[in-house]
Amino acid sequence: MQTTTKLAMNATPTSQPAVASHSAAQHPAETATLRAEVRNLDFWYGEKQALKAVNLPIHDCKVTALIGPSGCGKSTLLRCFNRMHDLYPGNRYSGEILLQPENQNLIDMDPGLVRLRIGMVFQKPNPFPKSIFENVAAGLRVRGVNNKALVQERVETALKGAAIWDEVKDRLHESAYGLSGGQQQRLCIARALAPQPDILLLDEPTSALDPIATAKIEDLLTELHKRVTIVIVTHNMQQAARISDYTAYMHMGDMVEFGRTEDLFTHPKEQRTNDYITGRFG
Amino acid sequence: MTISSLPASAADYGGASAAFLRRRAFWNRVSGYILALAAATSVLVTVGIVYVLISQSIPFFQHVSLWDFLTDTQWTPVFEDAHFGVMTLVSATVTVAGIALALAIPAGLMLAIYLSEFASPRVRETIKPFLELLEAVPTVVYGFFALLLVTPLLQTFMPNLSGFNLLAPGLVMGIMILPYTASVSEDAMRSVPMGLREAGYALGYSRFRVATHVVIPAALSGITAAFILGMSRAVGETMVVAIAAGQNPRFGFDPTQGASTITAYIVQMTMGDLPHGTVAYQSVFAAGLTLFVITLFFNLLGFYLRRRFREVY
Repeated sequence: MQTTTKLAMNATPTSQPAVASHSAAQHPAETATLRAEVRNLDFWYGEKQALKAVNLPIHDCKVTALIGPSGCGKSTLLRCFNRMHDLYPGNRYSGEILLQPENQNLIDMDPGLVRLRIGMVFQKPNPFPKSIFENVAAGLRVRGVNNKALVQERVETALKGAAIWDEVKDRLHESAYGLSGGQQQRLCIARALAPQPDILLLDEPTSALDPIATAKIEDLLTELHKRVTIVIVTHNMQQAARISDYTAYMHMGDMVEFGRTEDLFTHPKEQRTNDYITGRFG
Repeated sequence: MTISSLPASAADYGGASAAFLRRRAFWNRVSGYILALAAATSVLVTVGIVYVLISQSIPFFQHVSLWDFLTDTQWTPVFEDAHFGVMTLVSATVTVAGIALALAIPAGLMLAIYLSEFASPRVRETIKPFLELLEAVPTVVYGFFALLLVTPLLQTFMPNLSGFNLLAPGLVMGIMILPYTASVSEDAMRSVPMGLREAGYALGYSRFRVATHVVIPAALSGITAAFILGMSRAVGETMVVAIAAGQNPRFGFDPTQGASTITAYIVQMTMGDLPHGTVAYQSVFAAGLTLFVITLFFNLLGFYLRRRFREVY
């Protein structure tokens, strides 16, 4: 049922995106605690500054969407959370991403340890050349979790959490490459969920998928946000409106506006936000 | 110019004359023939070599049964009591190639992992020319290196190592094929998409775990191919063994003693003055055919493994 409504929404582009039914308005207002806080974060690719003094709160067990035109820095910001930039030479940060309630600055920590706490799903599904089971177990094995029963249980829970269990339960030991693109992406979500990350990062997770697979992933994220803190980058405003509780609009490395999704899409405070969400540019 | 001022003829081709079009068609055809001829040459040469090997081996197998050829453990073609047990030569070939691979596979893999996953671009660009230089060293130099440097060195702590032995040429051959296997496997590893590595890092993998758990499994087909081709080279390598392994056919796998490999035997015989048409003369072709079958087997195995383990990114 839900799938068909979403497809219909995809099929009829509207300049003013529909607003998620579970938006913050329906939740007890502002009781949510912070899971992380970006404070004055600057980031440089070599000489080029890609983030300029960015501030952003990440609410616990909520979906925060990062939107903005190509090159605005939304993916760059996302990849700061798990220190992915450290893999490439010449990248530089300054500022803080404080993980709460521990008040630990992710920017100062060992990137390997950061990544043990923050999960990530990428734009293009990237399962390992292994079996479905071993893909999901991978994150447990690297954390030294090898108890057979426990691994079995966590893999099953993760696959159920990623809404793919019924499709793969009879072929857990077949190669992950036999799955469709949408299934592979849900497998990647299961892989990221299995170690129970503090925050789940999603970098345009549906941009390589067809509308039906996209709808499935959106349903899944709507379901997941009750248990996991999610930060999602999307270039699809309807998607941000449908699935997120909070939205941040970025432009040229600046954090232009942050607010509850409903507010940001209906009453943007900034002219630039208004121009973008009404489709005047971007 | 308006449309109506164009020539009435529909087939104008932008002003190309009929003669030009004829020339164009002619050269198109001719260049195709020339290139096909070049391609045909490689096929013809291969077929020719196989034909010579087989046609010269047939009279040999009329004198020596295939059973004796494969089971006899002596190889004494020019003796009064001639024996033609090719396994004598094969055992030495296998021993040398085995030693070479025992060195080249782990070292080549480690080198490839280092270059592809750990080294900074600058370090990589410094090391690779040295590897290519190592590949450019003539094999005769490696042969002398084995005989005059490695053997005496090994003898200092292996007193029972004979002057001609299989160990030293095996090790030197390992060093010789190392750059080749390392660079081919490094190419395979580097072609693994960055997105797959990032998936590993995002789960908290260390650099080494990404190499062993993500990159190597994903590049396995290319790595396997590299080592199969390295093995082919080790089996077919001639100079190093001809110089440093001795020319005494001996069945067995003891690396401390000298023994003649298939290739060393062929060199030895073709340099002597063997009368045409004798069984000893024909035995050279039978040995060559054996070598061909072995390398063909490894190449087919490599081809099969490549397809079997090919990953779709």
